[in-house]
Formats: sequence, C-alpha cells, structure tokens
Amino acid sequence: MSHVLKIENLQVSVGDKPILRGVNLTMNHGETHALMGPNGSGKSTLGLAIMGHPGYTVTGGSILLDGEDVLEMAPNERARAGIFMAFQRPMAIPGVKMADFLRHATTNVRRPDRKEGEDLIPMREFRKELKEKMSHLRMDPEFARRYVNDGFSGGEMKRAEILQLAMLQPKFAILDETDSGLDADAVRLASESIADIGGREKMGLLIITHHDKLLEHNPPQYTHVMLGGRIVETGGKDLAEELHRSGYDRIRKAYPDAEAANQEMIAEEAAV
Amino acid sequence: MTATATDLKFDAAGFEAFIASRTEPDWLIALRREAFEHFQSMEWPARRAEEWIRSDLRLFQLDKFRVPLTQSDTPSGEGLLSEGVELGGRILTVDSHCRAESLRESLAAQGVIFGSLERLASEQPELVREHLFSAVDPDYDRFAALHAAFWSGGQFVYIPRGVVVAEPLHLATLLGEGSVDLSHTLIVLEEGAEATVLHEANSVQRDAGGLSLGALEIIQRPGSHLRYVSLQDQGYKTFQFAHQHAIVDRDASIQWTLAAMGNGFAKVNQSVALVGPGADSQVNGVMFTEGRQHIAYHTLQHHVAPHCHSDFLYKSAQQDQSRTVWRGMIKVDKAAQKTDGYQRNDNLILSSRARADSIPGLEIEADDVRCTHGSTTAQVDEEQVFYAECRGFTRNEAVRMIVTGFFQQIFDRITIESVRDALGQTIARQVREYA
Repeated sequence: MSHVLKIENLQVSVGDKPILRGVNLTMNHGETHALMGPNGSGKSTLGLAIMGHPGYTVTGGSILLDGEDVLEMAPNERARAGIFMAFQRPMAIPGVKMADFLRHATTNVRRPDRKEGEDLIPMREFRKELKEKMSHLRMDPEFARRYVNDGFSGGEMKRAEILQLAMLQPKFAILDETDSGLDADAVRLASESIADIGGREKMGLLIITHHDKLLEHNPPQYTHVMLGGRIVETGGKDLAEELHRSGYDRIRKAYPDAEAANQEMIAEEAAV
Repeated sequence: MTATATDLKFDAAGFEAFIASRTEPDWLIALRREAFEHFQSMEWPARRAEEWIRSDLRLFQLDKFRVPLTQSDTPSGEGLLSEGVELGGRILTVDSHCRAESLRESLAAQGVIFGSLERLASEQPELVREHLFSAVDPDYDRFAALHAAFWSGGQFVYIPRGVVVAEPLHLATLLGEGSVDLSHTLIVLEEGAEATVLHEANSVQRDAGGLSLGALEIIQRPGSHLRYVSLQDQGYKTFQFAHQHAIVDRDASIQWTLAAMGNGFAKVNQSVALVGPGADSQVNGVMFTEGRQHIAYHTLQHHVAPHCHSDFLYKSAQQDQSRTVWRGMIKVDKAAQKTDGYQRNDNLILSSRARADSIPGLEIEADDVRCTHGSTTAQVDEEQVFYAECRGFTRNEAVRMIVTGFFQQIFDRITIESVRDALGQTIARQVREYA
C-alpha cells in the first residue's frame, strides 16, 4: 500500500516569533529524504510541528497523511496514524520500564482505536517480539528492564529510539539527528538498523542530520536544504554530499533573504 | 453521629461516664485520669507553633464528636492489604471497639499474644503496663493527652523472645460516618522475634466524616525484625491526629511502609528512635492527595546509639487544591557516632492549585556521622507528556504512567507482594483524568 505525507506552505511560530515560513515537502512511502541546513534553520521545528508539539503554533499551511488532516489530530493520534519521530533529546521517564512503556506504545499504535484501560498485547507475545528486535539491534536484554531513558548515555538513548522505531513500524519516520552523540561504530550500527527497518518495513524516512554517515547507509533520493525556515533547495544524493563536503556558504549566498531570516532567528534564540 | 448511641462529649461528664462504663485495672484508670487532667489544663496548639503553622486547626471542633462508648452497628468488609494473603491472625476494630479477633493456634502455643488491647490490659496487665505509653508521650500535645484519657479498643501484638511469625498479622480499623476512633496499637517484639503487621484504616465511604485519634507504639528488643505496613484510607471529611513512634534496640530492624491516602485533615507525628548499636530503620512513605485534603507528617529519625542506620523516603503527589506538609528531622545525639542517616521527600504537583511544603532538617551533635537529606518538588513535565504522546499514549495515559513511575522507587523497596499490589491499586484509583 502506498502512503503520502504532504506538507504544504507550512508556517509555524513559537509565541509570536515565526520559525517556519512556508515549508513544502511531499514524501512517498519507501522514499528517503535528507533534511539538512545550518543551525537554527528550523529542521527540528519541522519535526516537532509534524508531531504536534503544543509549544509550536501552526499559523498557516497544511499537513496531510493520505489526505487526512494531520493538524486536526492530537499527538497520540498522529502516532497512531503512523507518524514517528526519533527525538534528538528523548525524555527520561523515571520509574517506568522500557518494556512496559513499549508494550503500551506498541499496543496503542497497532490498535489505533484502543481505549484507555483495554487490554494490551499479550505479555508473552510482546516479550518475544521485543527480544528479537533487541537482539537484532545488539542490545543487552537488561535494557528492557531499565527505566525509559533514565540515566542512559547519549548512544543508549539513540539506540532506544531506534528500538522504538523498529517496534512501532510507522508509515513515516522523522529521525532528528539520530546520529549525533554516537561514535563511529554506533552510527554504523544505527545506520544499518535503520536501513534494515526501512528496507524491510517500507517506511518513508525524513533524516535530519549534519553528517553524511547516516546517509551513507540510507542514501536519500532527495536532499532538502533548509535556511531561514524554508526549504530553499532540493536535490538528490549529490546535494547531500556537496553540503557535507563544502558546507552552506553557497546556499547562504544564493538565498540572501533566507540567510537574513536565519541570522535573525539565531539572534533571537541567543537572546532568550 | 448515628454509629455511636451516646451524647457524651469529650468533657468532664463524658470522661466520668466513660470511666464508669469500663472494667479496667486501677493503674490504667489512674493513667487515664492523669491524662484527662492534663488534657483539661492544656491549650490547643497555638497557630504560630512550628508544628501547626502550616496546618490550620480552626476547622476542627472537638464538640462535634461523641465518645464511642458502645459497640456501633457500622457494617464491615474485607481488607485490601490482606487480599490473597495467609494471615497469622486478624483483629477487626469498628468505631474504636474490637469486633472480631483471631490468632492461629500454633502461634498462641508459642506465646504470641494478639488481640484487643483493652481486653489484654486486664488479662496481661504486667505486659501491657510495662509497655503502654513507653514510646508515645501522652503529654506531647493536647491530642496525645486526649487519646491517653479516652483510648479504647486497640490492638496488642506481642511476639515472645525468638519467635518468628511468618504469616502477616492483620489489623483492620473501620470508621463509621461521623464516628470516632481512639485505637491504641501496641506492638512489642522481644529479643530475636520477627513479625509482619499489616494495618489498614478505612471509612464506610470515601467522603465520610469522623475523627481518628490514634496512637501507635512499636517496641523492638535487640535483634528483632519487624515489617509494619499501614494503609490509611479514611474518608475525605475525617480528621486524624496521630502519634506513631517506634523504639528500636541493638541490631534490630524495622521496615515501615505507610500510605496516607485518606483524611480531610491529618496531622501525624512519626518517629523512630534507634537506641542500640546496629539498629536499622527504613521508612517508605506514600501520600496522594486530592480535593481539599491536607496531610501533614512530622517525622523524626532519632539516633540515640552509635552505628545505627536510618533511611526515610517519602513520595507525595498532590492534585486539585490539596496540600501536603512534610517536615523531617534527623536528630543525632552526641553518643551516636558513626550514624548513617538519610531522609528524602519528593513531591509531584499535579495541579496549579495544589501545594507541597517540604522541610528537611538535621540536628547533629556527634562529629563522626554521615547524614544526607534532600527534597524535590516538581510538576509533571510537559515534555515528558509530549514524548509519551508521540508514542501513542493519550495525555491521560501519559500522566498516569508518569505518576506511577514517580512512586516506583517506593514500590521497588517494598518486599511484600500484597502490599505492592494494594498500593498500586490505590494509586491507580487516585489518578484523575487528565484531559
């Protein structure tokens, strides 16, 4: 089955400060898109706005998943509809075991109509699947008994996000700097896992990254460059390679208005 | 007032009628008379007094309550803590009168004494007299004096030297609408004795009123081990004033788990005195308040002897306009070198109108000790909620999970399965819908 995530002219503010100034992006199932851009250009904001973070106000535009209005959905409905984001900085939930958290999450996402209090996936069935996925990601089984992201190292957090991605099998996944904080080996493992999951489960992937390591294993069909809250250029794999090699100077010069907006946003963020 | 068919107030006439209704040893009557005299000569606590400055007593009127002179007809049910547990014995107290008591024959044969304190004060006068008010000070305040004058019913748990009671002993205390409970609980473990006591206090319904003026005394001889669990779930219009004290001797240990879920207004003084080297105490406290509840705990871990360990952890969640007060003190006497003391109070505030006061304190006279204390007060983090929502949790499910997780540290410390289950159920019941 084919799915489409379509973002049109998306405008997003934090308070009264505009961050996204008209983003257009269409992703089809099975495609990998790289989202690149200098700091403060709005990449993470796009991810959080797609998930429905209450701190980000959508002031214009639309997000449609297979024609359904995503902006009308609560965050948990977006997750249940098949949109996933691996967080750049996942939150710790002390006292809640990874396995319990994931069992509840997996049940809700697989049974989108589940009401609170209804049965979860049978424990035995869930444990078996979790164990398989963890062994595939070369994770210590002990991991499932630890509290969600509590006291995790940077690398452990990122791997936990990938484990969740593997369990929830979304239609579209946004990976927000999933490679940052990982050493070379961990990036390779994470990349392989993502490629594996993406290849097997056929997702649409939006990879937000500064590096090319993740993209080596997940070659993008499309590369988007964000600057000043807009996607200013879209190309193929070559564009990602160029940006990694030569940085954003060409982009900054080519789009002076976006560059000015970007500088303004960075200055405002620094002032906060 | 329907449960107690009496019009007797807590005044001189009421006291004389109360005494006249009882057949008790002279020493006990004398003790009561002295306490009542003290009660009459004492003032209610001053509003500015340190223990009361955060707990406004003005809504409490003793005149509204009556002396529980006779057995009431309040119906009773089963306990939550004892669900699915093989019990060694059980005492059911309704409106300050013992309604049922049982003890396994095998335990009685080993010399275990377990039953109504009121009855045993006559049948085992030596034992009761030796220990009664040896841990709780009847002159501490006006409530303590009132309790000492009027206590009735109550429970006596006596485990002789070297006797290990494997099955938990269950104390159930039930309060009828508008009724008064004046139970006195006396637990004595002789040298090397071991026991588990599960104590729960309930009302006939959640929004019931009433007055609970209880006291708990725990006396542990050297090398004895006690697990004491108390689940306090009285009605939301009840008042509770309680003094709960344990004295723990050499190489003895106590694990004291308490859940304070009920009461409209509660003021509890809780303390553990470590009086012999090597004594060990762990306290796990859970409070979860809602509506307009006001729950105040004043705790003391008193290191009298050297080489003792105390570890007090209280976790509280507050919703609606409720308020908790926790004031903890580690007191280390000059002789108590090598003390290892720890106290902590964490609060999770679930509503902008709820409030938590947390006042840790240290008073250390010895110079070679390790004492740590801490307190945190936080709200449910919206970023945590969002993260869970992004994994398919509804907002309500997310908050419930975060709150349950907040209490998990306490659950991890509880070694009795039925207690973990009962607490889990009680907390889950308490968590509101968060739309």
